[in-house]
Amino acid sequence: MLIIDNELCIGCGDCESSCAFAAIEVIDEIAVVGDACTLCGACVDNCPVEALHIEGGEKAKQVDLNVWSGVWVYCEFRCGRLANVSLELLGIGRKLADDRNVKLSAVLLGADTGEIAGKLIGYGADKVYSVDNPALASFTDEIYGAVLSSLIQEHNPEIVIAGATAIGRSFIPGVANILGAGLTADCTQLAIRKDDGALLQTRPAFGGNIMATIECPSSRPQMATVRPNVMKALEYDRDRQGEIIDVQPDPALLQAKVRVLETVISEHDDVNIQEADILVGGGRGLDSEKGFELIRQLARTLSASVSASRAVVDAGWIGYPHQVGQTGKTVAPGLYIACGISGAIQHVAGMQSSETIVAINRDKEAPIFNVADFGIVGDLFEVLPKLITSLEEYKKS
Amino acid sequence: MKIIVCIKQVPDAKDVRLDPETNTLAREGVESIMNPYDQHAVEEAVSLKEQLGGEVTVLSMGPPQAEAVLRQAISCGADCGVLISDRAFAGADTWATSYTLAKAVQKIGEFDLILCGKQAIDGDTAQVGPGLAIQLQIPFLTCIQKVREVTEDEIVMERMMDDGFDVVAVSYPALLTVVKDINEPRVPSLKGKMKSKKATIKVLSAEDVGADSSCIGLAGSPTQVVDVFPPPPRGERAVLTGTIDEQVAQLTEKLAAYL
Amino acid sequence: MDYFLTEEQEMIVDIARQITDEKIIPNRAELDKKDEFPRAILESIGQADLFGIPIPEEYGGFGGGCFDIVLALEQLGRGCIGVATAFAASALGIYPIIVAGSEEMKKKYLAPIAAGEKFAAFGLTEANAGSDASGIQTTAVLDGDEWVLNGTKQWITNGGEAQTYTIIAMTDRSRGARGASMFVVEEGDAGFSCGPKEKKMGIRASSTTELIFKDCRIPKDRLIGRQGTGFITIMKTLDSSRPGIAALGLGIGQACIDEATTYAKQRVQFDKPIISFQAVQHLLADMAIQLEASRALVYASAKHIDAHPKDMTKASSMCKVMATDMAMKVSIDAVQVMGGYGYMREYPVEKMMRDAKILQIYEGTNQVQRNVIGQELNKEYSRK
Repeated sequence: MLIIDNELCIGCGDCESSCAFAAIEVIDEIAVVGDACTLCGACVDNCPVEALHIEGGEKAKQVDLNVWSGVWVYCEFRCGRLANVSLELLGIGRKLADDRNVKLSAVLLGADTGEIAGKLIGYGADKVYSVDNPALASFTDEIYGAVLSSLIQEHNPEIVIAGATAIGRSFIPGVANILGAGLTADCTQLAIRKDDGALLQTRPAFGGNIMATIECPSSRPQMATVRPNVMKALEYDRDRQGEIIDVQPDPALLQAKVRVLETVISEHDDVNIQEADILVGGGRGLDSEKGFELIRQLARTLSASVSASRAVVDAGWIGYPHQVGQTGKTVAPGLYIACGISGAIQHVAGMQSSETIVAINRDKEAPIFNVADFGIVGDLFEVLPKLITSLEEYKKS
Repeated sequence: MKIIVCIKQVPDAKDVRLDPETNTLAREGVESIMNPYDQHAVEEAVSLKEQLGGEVTVLSMGPPQAEAVLRQAISCGADCGVLISDRAFAGADTWATSYTLAKAVQKIGEFDLILCGKQAIDGDTAQVGPGLAIQLQIPFLTCIQKVREVTEDEIVMERMMDDGFDVVAVSYPALLTVVKDINEPRVPSLKGKMKSKKATIKVLSAEDVGADSSCIGLAGSPTQVVDVFPPPPRGERAVLTGTIDEQVAQLTEKLAAYL
Repeated sequence: MDYFLTEEQEMIVDIARQITDEKIIPNRAELDKKDEFPRAILESIGQADLFGIPIPEEYGGFGGGCFDIVLALEQLGRGCIGVATAFAASALGIYPIIVAGSEEMKKKYLAPIAAGEKFAAFGLTEANAGSDASGIQTTAVLDGDEWVLNGTKQWITNGGEAQTYTIIAMTDRSRGARGASMFVVEEGDAGFSCGPKEKKMGIRASSTTELIFKDCRIPKDRLIGRQGTGFITIMKTLDSSRPGIAALGLGIGQACIDEATTYAKQRVQFDKPIISFQAVQHLLADMAIQLEASRALVYASAKHIDAHPKDMTKASSMCKVMATDMAMKVSIDAVQVMGGYGYMREYPVEKMMRDAKILQIYEGTNQVQRNVIGQELNKEYSRK
């Protein structure tokens, strides 16, 4: 409940202008809260006279936090490959485990995972729970969810993190719900709070216009999904020692109502733009499918993947898996080159966490220049060929 | 076929931003809209109904003004709308929301399919769909990009993955979340708008659905927001200067590290 | 300005506006470039029930009047009058059936139009019969149980895309003004074909073709109304359709002011946005005055026609003249305000200028309209 102290309130309206939900307004010089309030606390932070505070309700689910110990990383294996994000998560997982002085365990689900379990130890895990079973050959939310939930219930890790991939963002919410655990999606930062060892989970909201930090005060495990390309994997240490535990799940957990009939891998192996280190993105400014070819050429020169704004995908020049933006994919590569992309907020929401952003656009007022680290204002059809030539020459020298 | 579509009224996210000078959320006239992914869910439900016959009920958890999106869905072909609304739901995270929606669904009754949009553009979590399915103990599939075949017994679909897609089948009841590829939402029709104007939206309170107070609102939320702050500012913004050739040369230098 | 629309009228405006913003505006440049018929957009318009606006409720329509159709066309016209013309011409095409058709005919042809499943077209103009409708030479001769049509119609909107064509042909030249009749010709009728699409200055999304009748045989029951009433039905049809054309003019006018004003605020010259300069302000002011005056006249005329259907001629001609002359002037001025950019195909106003011209020509040229108004004044004052 949002509590307003009428005595302290001076009717300044700072709360009103800070509310994204139009849930609080000043009526007759006093702040009044309406039904749309989500208890996000933005108004509380902005009140100059501290007239607002949030009172929590009685939480029934108070677990004994001390029983839960250990940091777990769900490692994603599909079609013979381990997803890169799993190694990145072992990197941050190691830090969290060290801060908490507990063990870091990896959970690997799949069929014929072979050497992968051993590799995970080299990337930082102390233990690997390896569930290698034919029933896990195709991904189904039900089976993966049942197996992971049962492992968590058996071993009580305090923290469980997974990649915010298509798979992670699908079954991990199911797992969290089964366990009554708190889950924060798409985290860009994870840290342990010093005074009580709680996990602080930071993520963007409103398309990246604000950042929010979340905690799970009374439930366990504390769960989070993390975007690819945000955390850093450790250097592989092949001498690192650890324990691999082969888990044979109860057959009752391996039943699913969903049938996977077929797995179709895109013929372009670069559709997984979220794992790319460099992305060259094309927008409407390229005028035509032919113009879009320049993007592909620049991408080849930089050994990069190709992405696109929504306008380009809608025009049919490239498929939806390449779309970056609020209704497409969120990417955070080391380098993002935006060509002929105006920088509408829905697109920027999908790439603003890129480490370095370069923009090329003929319109110097284009909003993309507000998020770009470097920009060229110019005609793409002049700049891109010159840039490609220049880079190729540099490569030769 | 009985289909329930869960929809949400959200602020138009592109209009919400943090004023960099005052560090406060600035919302000049932020409009409330139906979550864009939910529009696709409504369209798919209406389309399935047109193929197989049946009824589409739209359900939303929200404040009283959320009625507007339920009516919007009716103007696009849904048959009736249910709003579950109560001050006690305030502060709900995705767990508490899933619980609340599940109670509302149980009150609505039997169904074959529940459709949801992949995620809401204000929270961006994509958690409520799967959570709701778990609460109702039905199978779920996320990111459906195409329905290949639908019969009385089962539905065959393409489910988007990072590297392509899986072809999956499930029988009823089941919950699906959809991505925008799946269809093109229709514009409301005149007949639809007139129907939505006359429609009675059923409003349910926490008591109406027998919700356990420790499972709703802030009390029922295992996660809690502790801080809201502006994103870190980006580095030096430098629009390169000089002739195009000079600018290209400068950019090449900067990109050299990536070659 | 507030014109105090009813809730249902607001619904029509909202739906048409959404279609314009989401479907017409993003595609109009491409349709213009390719001379492409906007089938997908018309399907959306159909699915939104807008084709049903002029069709009586008992045949699956909305039972709306002139003002309702004006509101829809104004919004769609703001997007592209090529697309809006395709829509308007279909309404024009079925109007003879609404006005003079038998019960069976209405049941057969109106429902699919209302549902957006079929389009219609109106066939009057010929090479020798433009402003002078009496010059038509297409003939229809009764042969047993069939009418046989011979002749060629020219510049027919929706030609080749429509399924239902309402055609006027001479049935007995000796009877003068009572010598023509109207018929329904369907796509696929033996002896009926359409010529290739004409290449036009503007409204390129609209399909304009010849209709060719070579011993085209159609069943007897395709006669609309009584034999000899052709010209009367034509006049009634054109009288009611003129406000729709005027509405297209309002659409262009609004779109042009939107583009020109937005541009004038953004374009900086001499260190100021050009809207700071009086020369530009005066241009925009005159555009705005003319647009609003036209709108007020069009709306008033449409409401008058709905209330007094027997007294529609002068009002419908007046609003057509004013709104279409306004559209031409405003679109030219919009290009002027936008200067070099206005002339470039990348910006939408040059298309609007090219599109606007036809509004002063079709559905009765503005010169003919002035004749009509003059004659109406003559009649009015004779009665006094």
